Amino acid sequence: MKVLVAVKRVIDYNVKVRVKPDHSNVDLANVKMSINPFCEIAVEEAVRLKESGAASEVVVVSIGPKSVQDQIRAAMAMGADRGIWIETAETDLGALSIARLLAQVVRDEQPGLVLLGKQSIDSDNNQTGQMLAAMLDYPQATFASKLTVTGDEAEVTREIDGGLQTLALKLPAVVTTDLRLNEPRYIKLPDIMKAKRKPLAQTSPETLGVTPSAGLKLLSVEPPAERQGGVMVESVAALVDALKNQARVL
Amino acid sequence: MSERESMEFDVVIVGAGPSGLATACRLAQLSSDRQLDLSICVVEKGSEVGAHILSGAVIETRALDELFPDWKERDAPLVTPVTRDQVYLLRDDQNAWSLPSALVPRTLHNEGNYIASLGNLCRWLAAQAEELGVEIFPGFAATEVLFGDQGQVIGIATGDMGVGADGEPKDSYTPGMELLARYTVFAEGCRGQLGKVLQQRYDLAAGVDPQHYGIGLKELWDVDPALHEPGLVVHGAGWPLQNGTNGGFFLYHQENNQVAVGLIVDLDYDNPWLSPYDEFQRVKQHPVIARYLKGGKRVAYGARALAKGGFNALPRMHFPGGLLVGCDAGTLNVAKLKGTHTGLKTGMLAAEEIVEAIGAGDQGGSDLAGFDARLRGSWVHEELYATRNFAPALHRLGILGGGALNYLDQNLVGGKLPFTLHDRTPDDARLRPASACSPIDYPKPDGVLSFDKLSSVFLSNTNHEEDQPCHLHLADPSIPVERNLPEFAEPAQRYCPAGVYEIVDDGAGPRLQINAQNCVHCKTCDIKDPAQNITWVAPEGGGGPNYPNM
Repeated sequence: MKVLVAVKRVIDYNVKVRVKPDHSNVDLANVKMSINPFCEIAVEEAVRLKESGAASEVVVVSIGPKSVQDQIRAAMAMGADRGIWIETAETDLGALSIARLLAQVVRDEQPGLVLLGKQSIDSDNNQTGQMLAAMLDYPQATFASKLTVTGDEAEVTREIDGGLQTLALKLPAVVTTDLRLNEPRYIKLPDIMKAKRKPLAQTSPETLGVTPSAGLKLLSVEPPAERQGGVMVESVAALVDALKNQARVL
Repeated sequence: MSERESMEFDVVIVGAGPSGLATACRLAQLSSDRQLDLSICVVEKGSEVGAHILSGAVIETRALDELFPDWKERDAPLVTPVTRDQVYLLRDDQNAWSLPSALVPRTLHNEGNYIASLGNLCRWLAAQAEELGVEIFPGFAATEVLFGDQGQVIGIATGDMGVGADGEPKDSYTPGMELLARYTVFAEGCRGQLGKVLQQRYDLAAGVDPQHYGIGLKELWDVDPALHEPGLVVHGAGWPLQNGTNGGFFLYHQENNQVAVGLIVDLDYDNPWLSPYDEFQRVKQHPVIARYLKGGKRVAYGARALAKGGFNALPRMHFPGGLLVGCDAGTLNVAKLKGTHTGLKTGMLAAEEIVEAIGAGDQGGSDLAGFDARLRGSWVHEELYATRNFAPALHRLGILGGGALNYLDQNLVGGKLPFTLHDRTPDDARLRPASACSPIDYPKPDGVLSFDKLSSVFLSNTNHEEDQPCHLHLADPSIPVERNLPEFAEPAQRYCPAGVYEIVDDGAGPRLQINAQNCVHCKTCDIKDPAQNITWVAPEGGGGPNYPNM
């Protein structure tokens, strides 16, 4: 079975995100970028499926400018066999266009399982996996915290409000990963060197026959309000007064 | 724990800073010219190249011109030429003397230099190196020197990953790698962990003055475009440092309406109550600086120690199987306040020395003593020799007397004064007892120009895997409370720019708490601890600050 994993290049989770002075977007100049952590978990899960014998090949796909090759190479250093780079000028086309592009890759590649992160930590949309499953008319299981594949069936434990839900899916299917599915491995130095020699195919929306649509327009980005410093009050009465009249929470 | 795997290269370079990357680029260029087909590998403890790089920086391009004469066409990130130099002596919190240009030591003139982010220059150098075929591995810390049976360096080992705070391997445990090389070049920057081991093992510093250090603290500000003058360089000394504490501030107007502001405090200060961090927060209140920051927003913070002993403290830089380059040895030119050009140049010279040896059939492991002659024949030596008295003069004669001597030496006789001033007390031995010094009452941060330590560390994007052994080793865990606290009021609480060291008392008496996850890898604790009890070692690779444009 072939597993297709989609990865997104996002601002690293350790970096304090900063809004550009003109509020047009967040500032990405010279900021450390990484694989979206949920996508990294998806890659790890795919590699584990391959190591356990349940999968035969892991293909990783990413969409964006040339820089996304870094993330494809990182995924190949983790153990993915080959990469597909869909070149676009934009760094983020939006979930709908991405799902359309991925759907075409799935039609071409015919994987038994498509693994994605449940959402990306930059836009937090949580849409691509669901859209992709709908377009392909595949069964879907989102927020996976456990995944087992037996024959042409997958059993997925999902994290839902108030507990866990276990689903059985017929393959091919789309599964999106949650945080507790696994802990991604440390990449080994020789594997980084090997990854440089693994095949990385380049394609484009035109080749795939998909016209990305500008469905959404980003108007403005505002940073959250800065936290105000605390104050010491003299007495309980002053505290109650402050809560009533300054904080207006009573 | 399982066996380590090993890989072999012709040359392994530790550290992807300017000197390490210059070594790599020069090696690759020469290897291709001479068809040696050398395999070259660079390991870097930061999560990416540039993540741990912090510098002013005003960059002199002399070495870069030699390394990549077409650096402009290659889009090197040097885009802001210096247009104007100002030098101030701050007299108190309001007043300053502006030094007329003619009275400024020649080395402090910056015509022809560029204001830049050294981190971005390193990112660019790394891209050039990779294009030339160099393998660069960020996120891998070299934590051990490997020695052969002749006592020669045969490579390094990277640290184990996935070890818990208790020292036991976790599920994610991945052993380090042994990277074996014919020659290993150490380019860790000031007070490198392995450089320190090598200096001791091969007694590299025999016969030279002790190294002297400073701590540099830096912030990046988005400023009001109306107050921004790209290319303006402002330097100054004086207030708030006093009573023999040396140092100075810088303020550079770089591109994109940003200003880099910082303070260097020499680590030979003697008052244990001094806090370099708080001095920095205070100096920003001076009108000479504050007038540019008004209405601006602070966007980044960081700190790094720097080696400023210069010529008199320069150790031997070669030993069997390896070379030391850049500030791992201490090649900063303190009179120019610059070390990038000398770092780059020493890296290039190291590459030339190695290629010469390997090209002549050397199999590795030799002591490349020719490196010394190469250095002596270069402009690095000429520069460092000519400025050998600069810092000792300031230390011994104060800012006015020393400044006058430096003016005479640099502007009138070109560094040829027929004597050499020495400074033979190491920085760690300079502290006087806390009881003999007056505590310093620092103003509270105002949240506009000055800030508390923790909100600053937040802006350095520092992160370490939490469940790992503490990377700040105390040789004797009792010393902080038993000796440093009563005698020096444990100065680590104040010299650390990231709030790593805290004396806390939970009722059972005082104890030292080490918040290792805050560490910005500046190395000041390793340098200034009066008992020399702290050894800084690299934590799990990828940890530490993630500086963007520093």
